[in-house]
Amino acid sequence: MTKQIPQPWGTPLKEEALQKHNVLTVDYKPKVKYAWASGIAIGRFLNGLKDGQIIGTRCDNCGRVVVPPRIFCEWCFKPTESWVKLPDTGTVNTFSISYITADTTRIKTPIIPAVIQIDETTNAGLLHLIENSKPDAVKIGMKVKAAWLPASERKGSITDIKHFAPVR
Amino acid sequence: MYEAAVKAYEDAGLDPRRDVESFVCSSEDFLEGTSIFDEYVPDQLGAAQKPVCTISADGTYSLATAYMQILTGAFDVVAVEAHSKASDIVDLGPVLDLALDPIYVRPLGVSAHFVAGLEMNAYLTSRGADASHCQRVVVKNRNNAVANDLAFKRERASDDTSVVSDPLTKGDIAPLADGAAVVVLASEGIARELGNNPVWIRGTGWCSDSPSLETRDWNDAIYAQIAAKQAYKQAKIEDPTRDIELAEVDDTYSYKELQHVEALGIAGDRKAHELLEQGVFDLEGNLPVNPSGGSLGMGHTLEMSGLLRVVEIVRQLRGQAGEHQVQGAQTGLAQAWRGVPTASGAVVVLSNE
Amino acid sequence: MFVKKRVAVVGAGMTKFMRRAQETGKELCYEAVHHALDSSGLRIDDIESVALGTAPDAFDGLHMKGEYLLDGAGAWRKPYSRNFVGGGTGVFSPIHGWWHVASGLFDTCLVVAEEKMSTCLPHPQAAFLTIFDNLIERPLGPNLIWIFALEMQRYMQTHKIPKEQIAQVAVKNKRNALDHPSAQIAQATTLQDILDSEVLAWPVQRLDISPVSDGAAAVILASEDVARKITDSPVWIDGVGWNLDTTYWTNRDLYFPRYVANAARMAYSMAGITNPRKQIDFAEPYDPFDYKELHHMEGLLLCRKGEAPKLTAEGVTERDGKLPICPSGGLLGVGNPIAAAGMMKVCELFWQLRGEAGKRQVAGDPRTAVAQAWGDLMQIGTVVVMRG
Repeated sequence: MTKQIPQPWGTPLKEEALQKHNVLTVDYKPKVKYAWASGIAIGRFLNGLKDGQIIGTRCDNCGRVVVPPRIFCEWCFKPTESWVKLPDTGTVNTFSISYITADTTRIKTPIIPAVIQIDETTNAGLLHLIENSKPDAVKIGMKVKAAWLPASERKGSITDIKHFAPVR
Repeated sequence: MYEAAVKAYEDAGLDPRRDVESFVCSSEDFLEGTSIFDEYVPDQLGAAQKPVCTISADGTYSLATAYMQILTGAFDVVAVEAHSKASDIVDLGPVLDLALDPIYVRPLGVSAHFVAGLEMNAYLTSRGADASHCQRVVVKNRNNAVANDLAFKRERASDDTSVVSDPLTKGDIAPLADGAAVVVLASEGIARELGNNPVWIRGTGWCSDSPSLETRDWNDAIYAQIAAKQAYKQAKIEDPTRDIELAEVDDTYSYKELQHVEALGIAGDRKAHELLEQGVFDLEGNLPVNPSGGSLGMGHTLEMSGLLRVVEIVRQLRGQAGEHQVQGAQTGLAQAWRGVPTASGAVVVLSNE
Repeated sequence: MFVKKRVAVVGAGMTKFMRRAQETGKELCYEAVHHALDSSGLRIDDIESVALGTAPDAFDGLHMKGEYLLDGAGAWRKPYSRNFVGGGTGVFSPIHGWWHVASGLFDTCLVVAEEKMSTCLPHPQAAFLTIFDNLIERPLGPNLIWIFALEMQRYMQTHKIPKEQIAQVAVKNKRNALDHPSAQIAQATTLQDILDSEVLAWPVQRLDISPVSDGAAAVILASEDVARKITDSPVWIDGVGWNLDTTYWTNRDLYFPRYVANAARMAYSMAGITNPRKQIDFAEPYDPFDYKELHHMEGLLLCRKGEAPKLTAEGVTERDGKLPICPSGGLLGVGNPIAAAGMMKVCELFWQLRGEAGKRQVAGDPRTAVAQAWGDLMQIGTVVVMRG
């Protein structure tokens, strides 16, 4: 049985209509501000970065070592009590060669975001950037090491690590 | 969230990884400063790789959702979560302003509290009540909170009469607080097996009146009326004035407590401010309202407020309310309102038999 | 699995999907709801409850967007709630509606999904920055496309899939959408068009991606007794499933969406499906990017891991193939107003299973179909199985 489905409604506007002010608009810029508490685990993680150290946690129940650190193991649902100092080296799990920034502005020199599995963890990765002078050379499985900002410039942020660079 | 979850599961005697089949969370992006906040909920609740969803509303809506999930027969144990991290928000005002209609209201440039100011004026005038009655609500609830170990600031009311949006003063507005609450629901069979002093959900209701300021009722909380009717129908309660023995209602603004009590029909046709004056709503009165201290006393926990009201009723019905225990109550009601500029809220009827 | 009340879809309606609509979000809801009511012969007073789904408030610059939309969605003075599970919302919304009816509390539930992304300037994409972890990810300035690129790369490398096989999905869906009246960018593209399009974040290119859109869609659910009075051909929601993986997406291997598989197993179990490959007649998996259709086909257990690209190359997933995938034209062809897009797939199942899909109609009188959506940080799978 076929039935006549009515044409869907909708009034498409072209971008020019907006630019030429053919339609009435109301502009509004939200002024919302947040000051997030970093929490116990990430607070410690960020402090560690300030000291040039990547910190993870180990669940004493299942033995998993993870980064970013957390105060509980999400698989066992038990508190994780052991804080672990991790090396700043790892392996590229996946990556992308990006020619756009956060708000889709086009860039000529690509940024290379990647998930980097940190050594000595149980397959735990971090999102970060790979040094971008040779994008064609980046491969899954490539070994990389963190390039840190000088100690005086570090402020307890993920950007205290400038990027990860291939280990030659 | 982790802390509240651990306590809840311990109280229930359950392991979330093994026993909890579904999780319903409550959050609104702009209260978190993160879009799609649903992403950040599973791990701390023991819900990773399990059915989890987020309802963008007060925790009581999530409770009603969990209730429906169990009633389908497809789930036996469902956990409900709500929280407030108000301290992460630098200034709540601009966030609430963002909830005002962008075309018709925001260009007027007034703060969202003005909606409460307008309603307070309309409500008080329609009932022949005045600011002194609102002040009495504040005093009652702050006093109740002094005896409540969960309240964040256990001190009597100050006299802050600085005007926010006449007739609304600063003292009329519940101060913000952080917190998290987790409630675990189970089907009858499982609840009886666990035997941990279960409190039964007799009925739920939720309703939204017009979101547009221009077309809503300014005197009565119609959303609470309709939600209550739905809950009473499920609970087979024909006379709430007789059957509801205590109530935890939304008091984000002091006048709201009065307006909500009337809308819920628990005080019959009487005017709430008259009963308030007679001490009916006091802790020792015939119908204690907000024995916990409500938001005015405990602190306003944003989308967790309603669930906190539920937690209080559960404590009361289990006899675990300590210094502010209402004696011998068997059936109670918890009510939530989603705050300005909404006209939405939910009701839950609970009993211990 | 015992379910108290059987639930059916008895009506559906949707708007056009547009890059920018003149309508406000409220009006988009109204338009979709109006058609859904018309199609079922019901009036708004017949609706006992309303469930709405819509994705980030940040697009509209509206806090508590669900409240703003409710009168347009017909929910005035009714029990109304909004669910929000990121991109999974479109297929989650009917599940949210499902338990309203299956619980026995309501006989009817109107389910609405709406999105108005165009409000966000300069580009809605920028709003996606706020989905990332505020402390350890946002400072890196990530673009939403990155996570797709990272996942696509992992998927391609794990199974050694050539880009051509993935691009084929975009060609198929954009062509399928030529027959969808709501379609935003239906067109007859060639494989070369896709492969020549601008590289945004390799391996993602411009034509691999579905467009930003405004739109709304709605369905009406009813309990069995009521459904049979409304229509001769109710479409039953026989299985629902949803599953959320950990927030720590960088700790997971992205080559396979195990949360989609978990959700699918939940839905199949409820629907009594033991061999999805044989028992599902066609499917509408979520396809915001071309590789996603393949990823999700495998997640839905419709084929083995790594097999989806081969099936596409062999034409199995074409509308006239053995297992049509996205006969609607999907997000790639019809458009991607996030929540409404998932609901569009549910509407498609409704029309197809009743033989009302017109030029898009899958042949052979299909009886059982599955729709799926995905969202959050590679986290949520939402699945419904419907039978006509």
